[in-house]
Amino acid sequence: MSEVMNEEFVTITVDGRELQAPKGAMLIEVTDKANIKVPRFCYHEKLAISANCRMCLVEVEKAPKPLPACATPVMDGMIVHTQSDYARNAQKSVMEFLLINHPLDCPICDQGGECELQDVAMGYGQDVSEYVEGKRVVFDRNIGPLITTELTRCIHCTRCVRFGREIAGLRELGMTGRGENSLISTFIEQSIESEMSGNVIDICPVGALTAKPSRFAARAWELMQHASIAPHDCIGSNIFVHTLRGEVIRVVPRDNEAINEVWISDRDRFSYEGLASDDRLTAPMIREDGEWVEADWDEALQLASAEIRHALDTSASDEKGGDEDSEAGDASSKLAALISPSSTLEELYLLQKLMRSLGSGSIDHRLRQSDFSDQDFAPLIPWLGQDIENLENIDAALLIGSNTRKEQPIANHRLRKAAVTNKAQISFINAKEFEFNFPLANNIAVAQQQLAHELAAVAAAAFTASGEAVPSYIADAVSKATPNKAHKAIVQQLSQGENTSVLLGSQAAMHPSFAALRALAEAIAVQTGSIFGYLSEGSNSAGAWLAGAVPHRGPCNDADAVKGLNVSDWAEKAPTAAILVNVEPEHDVAQSQQVIKALTNASSVIAITAFRSPALEDVASIMLPAAAFTETSGTCVNAEGLMQSFKGANNPAGEARPGWKILRVLGNLLKLEGFDYVSSDQVRDELRGHCESIELDNSISGVAQVTLSATGGSFMRAADVPIYAADALVRRASSLQKTHDAIALAVSMNPADAARLDLDDEITSVSVKQGEGSAILRLIIDEKVPAGSAWIPMAVKGSELLGDPFGEVVIEKA
Amino acid sequence: MNAMIEAENTLSAHACEEIDALLKRYPAEQKKSALLGALNIAQHENRGFLTKELMQAVAEYLDLAEIEVYEVASFYSMYELKPVARHNVAVCTNISCMLMGSQSIVDHVENKLGIKLGESTKDGRIYLKQEEECLAACAGGPMMQVDHVYYEDLTAEKVDAILDALE
Ligand code: SF4
Ligand code: FES
Ligand code: FES
Repeated sequence: MSEVMNEEFVTITVDGRELQAPKGAMLIEVTDKANIKVPRFCYHEKLAISANCRMCLVEVEKAPKPLPACATPVMDGMIVHTQSDYARNAQKSVMEFLLINHPLDCPICDQGGECELQDVAMGYGQDVSEYVEGKRVVFDRNIGPLITTELTRCIHCTRCVRFGREIAGLRELGMTGRGENSLISTFIEQSIESEMSGNVIDICPVGALTAKPSRFAARAWELMQHASIAPHDCIGSNIFVHTLRGEVIRVVPRDNEAINEVWISDRDRFSYEGLASDDRLTAPMIREDGEWVEADWDEALQLASAEIRHALDTSASDEKGGDEDSEAGDASSKLAALISPSSTLEELYLLQKLMRSLGSGSIDHRLRQSDFSDQDFAPLIPWLGQDIENLENIDAALLIGSNTRKEQPIANHRLRKAAVTNKAQISFINAKEFEFNFPLANNIAVAQQQLAHELAAVAAAAFTASGEAVPSYIADAVSKATPNKAHKAIVQQLSQGENTSVLLGSQAAMHPSFAALRALAEAIAVQTGSIFGYLSEGSNSAGAWLAGAVPHRGPCNDADAVKGLNVSDWAEKAPTAAILVNVEPEHDVAQSQQVIKALTNASSVIAITAFRSPALEDVASIMLPAAAFTETSGTCVNAEGLMQSFKGANNPAGEARPGWKILRVLGNLLKLEGFDYVSSDQVRDELRGHCESIELDNSISGVAQVTLSATGGSFMRAADVPIYAADALVRRASSLQKTHDAIALAVSMNPADAARLDLDDEITSVSVKQGEGSAILRLIIDEKVPAGSAWIPMAVKGSELLGDPFGEVVIEKA
Repeated sequence: MNAMIEAENTLSAHACEEIDALLKRYPAEQKKSALLGALNIAQHENRGFLTKELMQAVAEYLDLAEIEVYEVASFYSMYELKPVARHNVAVCTNISCMLMGSQSIVDHVENKLGIKLGESTKDGRIYLKQEEECLAACAGGPMMQVDHVYYEDLTAEKVDAILDALE
């Protein structure tokens, strides 16, 4: 009803109470707001009205028959009774009909205890069923690894069908047959492919659609509910973690209109399964003569602090303890740290504090980035530039290096609303043509080495349209570009709209010409009057910037902080010792080959990690078990800059400890000052104290010269991080790993490149060489990959054999 | 049965022409309006039944989700989703016809052909439709529809003559 601008109000009377209601509102919205209970099954506030279940019948005076509250608009002077005999009779009759074919087997139904039908039947059903005939039986369908169907229980409310059409943007589920033979199915058995599919579990009012991974694991009333924050993307969806005797049974959405509304992505819902994976690290481990042996915490932490001290002391005759000014200090090249951008704010802050207290500024969370050339000009926090909610109100947007549908499903849902209801003109420029679930104005795909040139063409169109002079730092790139129709159209859409955005996605941040993309995108935003923003990687990139987990700035932009090395410096200046926090170097780091080599040569590598991984076991000397996401308290900062703190929901696995505590004790053992926290809140508040008056601003405060290299003939790799490969937890979530989106490693290329390389349809696998790595990969010929590049995703099993996600590749017949 | 009848998997050029003609009757953005007709055309070309592939082809042709086509095809009794014999024989069993003795006609047909409602004869000649509702020829009940033709005021002899004449 929000479209009604000048809201007119009418007065109605419900059960003797006078209520004011916006004209045109449905009766059920008004009663819901006034807390008057009307039973319902098919009505759902986020879905279109279908009025098919009739459970919401109420008495309206002067109406000849009971009316469905969900589909009856309020009218001035309307007198409604929801509890009169007349209304109750109608409701009871409907209930009886609904129960005719519904099995009365709540004791063996997974929904029992949280079933809308069960609840309503308690209130409106009869004690004894008069129906003695045979009940309908529907055979269940296999609709994939996440959702179990128990279709005999379906009451045909069609919420799931409407969800598919209106929210997921894919018509997957449908109602087939008719009358008694109606049933919910997918087109003759296809699994559900939406990245938001799990939400049908919540909206199904009965036990017809339930969560497969947690099926029969617990009863709803046995579960403890803990509010938390989803750990995979920069949206920070609000969730509840449900535990039974200290074990996470499932995750469900926690309503927050400003962020995730009532939805969560499948990744946020099912990744908890990774918590129980076999390779959890459950005790501190020390490598002795090449063998991993368990140690107690005391021993492991003492050893860790000794190794850190030792590394800092070696050949330190001229020890300076870190230069005060911009030069990376001596300690910075001896001790370096990498931390996952999905770590908590407390872990990020304490790690940088630990490092800088030891004189080293070599700390980074930008593990998948490779172009750091403009980092000094980067904003305090690269953020969305607006509220998440605003994404659904935009008129036009340009997204660069982004696949929102798989990277930030909730942001994508907002964009989808804008495109579907506002007819927003949304365009993408990517290194591959991704599929979206809403109509796009432009979906441009160019080889990755052309991405910045493509953007330069849009910038050129933007400057032509605005008539402003091209600033010198991008003049070279812009002047060489010739905009085509699509580029001009994008500029026109952005300039004409009132609420428009230019957003850089996480693939842009990984791109080897990130600085150029950033400068050009910002210029386009300025010229077209658009908001400039980022959809960053991981759940806490914004927090990482704020906490100072970057080598060139301390907490809250502290320019005086000790400076150090970023990941790409590691190739030349390998540190003597390293600390890794929540990092699996083979998957989480772009330049994994160089970094793993540096770690192998380091005298000591301390891994604070929830999981063991083959590469960690190869390179580390000490592994300290860290609590995983539900097991620790902490804070995440989402893309809109919102700080959300959460508590632990269950105890850490085995002897694991929250990351912030491990770092605190390490700080104590190293005799550093200011490591006496008793709670994670204290850590957060200390950081907050540094940041009293920060303002979020994405404009780049100075700019590095952008020159675009001429694109040569070489064949380049391009990559994204597939949705279920993003981080260590989701890579271990077993049900998600069985879905369609769990991409198996393969090389995809354009038919033209396949022809050039003489690879015909018969050839199913090819040899791929990259740097010092090589692999035999399945070949997919795919027009969605632009000619000139080979698409090989990163962070999936096997990709560790290759190198840089954007490096040169040589592909031959296997 | 299956070996005898080869399913079409795509729409012929002719079918597409017919669907295009249908599409002209509706607004361009409402292609779904032509769905019933398009399914009729597809079913007709495929000797009386639809296949998964044909429904997919219709979905693609009309820009619809596959499930939308399947919902409609499975809803209406005039679409067959399994292979059936050449001639479609549907005896009305709704109320007027029932009062006029449609049950004895059904019994007669079943005995004569040696199949039950919903089955096809082994020689691939006749398919007896599962259940037919009122065809709006109540005044002539009992009645049946053979392919696209109505036969009214049925008796056992009349039915024999009609069925025997089918190729
Ligand atoms: S499966 Fe559930 S949500 Fe879908 S129609 Fe049936 S009862 Fe409604
Ligand atoms: S809730 Fe109103 S008809 Fe279903
Ligand atoms: S009842 Fe048979 S035609 Fe109407």
